[in-house]
Amino acid sequence: MRSSTVAKAIRILSGLYAIAIYGFIFLPVVVLVLFSLQATSFPIPPFTGPSLRWYDAVLADTRLTSALVNSLLVAAISSAVAVTLGFLSAWGFARFVLPGSGLLRGLITLPLTVSYLIIGMGLLVLFNWAGVPKSLLAAGIGHVVINLPLCFAIIYSQMGDHQINIERAARDLGAPEWKVLLLITVPVMAPAIFAGFFLSMTFSWDEFVISFLLTRFDTTLPVEIWNLLRSGLNPKTNAVGSLVFAVSIVLVVMFELMLLRRKPA
Amino acid sequence: MTAPLVDICSVSHRFGQQTVLKNVSLQIEPGSYTILLGPSGSGKTTLLSILGGFVTPSEGKVLIRGEDCTAVPPAKRPTTTVFQDYALFPHMSVGGNVGFGLRMQGIDAATRNARAREALALVGLSTAFDKKPHQLSGGQRQRVALARALVVEPAVLLLDEPLGALDLKLRRQMQDELKAIQKRVGTAFIHVTHDQEEAMALADHCVVMNDGRIQDEGPPERVYARPATRFSATFMGESTLISGAVTAAKDGTIAVATQVGPLSLTGALPAGTTVALAVRPEHLVLGAAGGAVGLGTAKVSDVVFQGSFKRVLAVSAQDPALHFIAKVAAAAAVQPGDIVAVSCDAGDIILLAS
Amino acid sequence: MNSATNSGRALPWALVTPALGWTLLFFVLPFLAMALSSLTAHDGGGFTLSNYSQFFNNPAYWQAMVNSLQVTAIVTLISVLLAYPFAWILAEQVPARWQRLALMLAVLPFWTSYVVRSYSWLLVLAQNGVINRALTGSGLFAEPVQLANTRLATIIGFVHFFVMLLTLTIFANLKQLSPSYRKAAADLGAGPVRTFLHVVLPLTMPGIMVGAFLTFVLCIGDYITPQILGGNNELLMPQLVMMQIGRRGDFPLASALSIILMAVVTIAYLACARWLKIERA
Repeated sequence: MRSSTVAKAIRILSGLYAIAIYGFIFLPVVVLVLFSLQATSFPIPPFTGPSLRWYDAVLADTRLTSALVNSLLVAAISSAVAVTLGFLSAWGFARFVLPGSGLLRGLITLPLTVSYLIIGMGLLVLFNWAGVPKSLLAAGIGHVVINLPLCFAIIYSQMGDHQINIERAARDLGAPEWKVLLLITVPVMAPAIFAGFFLSMTFSWDEFVISFLLTRFDTTLPVEIWNLLRSGLNPKTNAVGSLVFAVSIVLVVMFELMLLRRKPA
Repeated sequence: MTAPLVDICSVSHRFGQQTVLKNVSLQIEPGSYTILLGPSGSGKTTLLSILGGFVTPSEGKVLIRGEDCTAVPPAKRPTTTVFQDYALFPHMSVGGNVGFGLRMQGIDAATRNARAREALALVGLSTAFDKKPHQLSGGQRQRVALARALVVEPAVLLLDEPLGALDLKLRRQMQDELKAIQKRVGTAFIHVTHDQEEAMALADHCVVMNDGRIQDEGPPERVYARPATRFSATFMGESTLISGAVTAAKDGTIAVATQVGPLSLTGALPAGTTVALAVRPEHLVLGAAGGAVGLGTAKVSDVVFQGSFKRVLAVSAQDPALHFIAKVAAAAAVQPGDIVAVSCDAGDIILLAS
Repeated sequence: MNSATNSGRALPWALVTPALGWTLLFFVLPFLAMALSSLTAHDGGGFTLSNYSQFFNNPAYWQAMVNSLQVTAIVTLISVLLAYPFAWILAEQVPARWQRLALMLAVLPFWTSYVVRSYSWLLVLAQNGVINRALTGSGLFAEPVQLANTRLATIIGFVHFFVMLLTLTIFANLKQLSPSYRKAAADLGAGPVRTFLHVVLPLTMPGIMVGAFLTFVLCIGDYITPQILGGNNELLMPQLVMMQIGRRGDFPLASALSIILMAVVTIAYLACARWLKIERA
């Protein structure tokens, strides 16, 4: 009797607490999206009914649309580079005995422990000193620095002993090293490779400080949104923010699907 | 027969500080089924890896069909391996798996599919061609791995504890099939296991290994009946081991002082040699109607009913350090606590130098 | 040496060299450049320690570090306290088939743009924002309350982000616990409260420590949240660093401040290393 009332009380309290936390988590997102849909010039209450006026304004703003294209390009290319370098090095470290392997792996994952601000600062000082101009390329290089250790860690952790035997079997049956890589390792590791790629995409897509420090005229969307913030509360910012949110959701859902696909194997 | 199919010459191997193979030499005949039997850490798997080309030995040579293959990579040597975890390619169909070796040889798709189907038929899996490995049971995966390794027609097929992941019943069934398949294809099989029953059931030639050395090799019947060392007497089946020392030797007869008193045996060892006398459980006789050689009396400590027989453990009254292991008829009336006379026939005593 | 091991030498290095090279060239080298820069004078002089001594002599700079440490400590504490019960509810009270969805929903805003998320909180906390409308509308307050551009706003923005992050890590931790621990505790006569206190909590402590450390590192190095929500009323370290670049172009001082910030994180890591290692063992 007593234990069932305790369990009931725990359930009710849990429910209330969960609702409160969900409320806290979604409050800003709901406010953002809701007031992006109103026609007035200020994204503040009261809500005056739906309108796509500010979405039109965003899509008509070439600075924002070109920044969006830049962001997607930088994210896609830097993630492709990061996942390629991460995969090759993970394969090398997982399959071969290299002197100082632990230390070298530590070096590759080291950037994970340093804040983006400091990575950006370092590149800024170096590029400034070497005369490399601020550009999307410079920001992309920085994005590879932050995403390479992530891709490496994800792929390296998925290279188990079972896969070592699978590759051995392929070699045993006469496959040269490059065929082992293309026909066996890459397909078997595909879920981890895609997971690394999409996670890198979301981080690069979202990254602000490095892009802010390393780009000047052509820039990425987060930096362009930052510039919009100078004008204070603005429904156009709400609209572009909601669009960015939507793209992030698509990337995350793709990432989740990759993880789910990996499960039955 | 001129040269052996595989000739392992004085192979030693070290992993770091640890020596896992110590001067091992072994010959494999064409068409034979060889079992490498030993406990874990005996070096049997390392020896198989050296044959497969996954490990290059620190010293010594491996000749296959008379050619030095010591440092030839796995892809280029005429061996294929069936891995313990099968190592099937999870993203390919069963047919793709079996055809992989032929694909690497540049054989066209139609031919390799036909040959893959033949190989699958050989292992009794003709219907599985289009399935994915994860849709198969453990025993079926095992067969696919076998078909994949056989289809490229290797000179030697290497099997690394191939039945280790299967449950007991399936293991016994696969044993019979492995033997049948080996006889049909005529390829030399080299099979690593720690299961002595598996070894006795399958081997033409049984190689007992321990601590990086070959302890004994020969037909399993001989290795069982006349083990060459203490180790093989206890690892390939059980034995009671009585220790002693030769006190006198004369005209092919030796007198041995043992834990159970002086015994007279046939043999030609010089006086002073320490020896061990091994007796198989089925050769020990308990009770009055004994054999020719008396081994004293013993107190029965445990009786285990095993279905077709009873396994009896008894402690010698002469030396409590001596434990007898005997096998008696299921109907025999033996109880723990009984004091029984122990004896055997002289011919059943295996004399081992220790 | 034989051919097998020879061919096995070149390949692995060819595989790992690009990643190592990238890290050396664009991570280690920039760090060295930054360290070197921090030791030179702003007006093009030679070697100097003045950038570091400025930090220790200027109370305003000191204050930024104190602010950063205070905000980070408060954020870490509140986030852990809020996230742990939430993760526990998701892991223990939500039916198994809904768990994945519940967790995904709970951390969905985690993946939205960092800049946009901070801006969204500005909308909520502004003078004429949702909260102030609710407060004045309900008659609780006659005048809107100053919420935006305060330390409180910074902390709310941070807590929002880190509650989601910690929910993820703590949830993963709770799910890793074998249910047989709980069954064994119950079998031995422990009630739900004692099972939690003596079994579940100690076993998830290493995971909490890792999550808390991650929070600390990310929080103390973040520029966006304090800049958007806290404004310039009180500065945190990252804002101070960016200010040196943005307003004054003073790379050497910015470098020195970055290195001091990094040193603080390293010290925190070394202090926590004992607890963080438990996780790996």
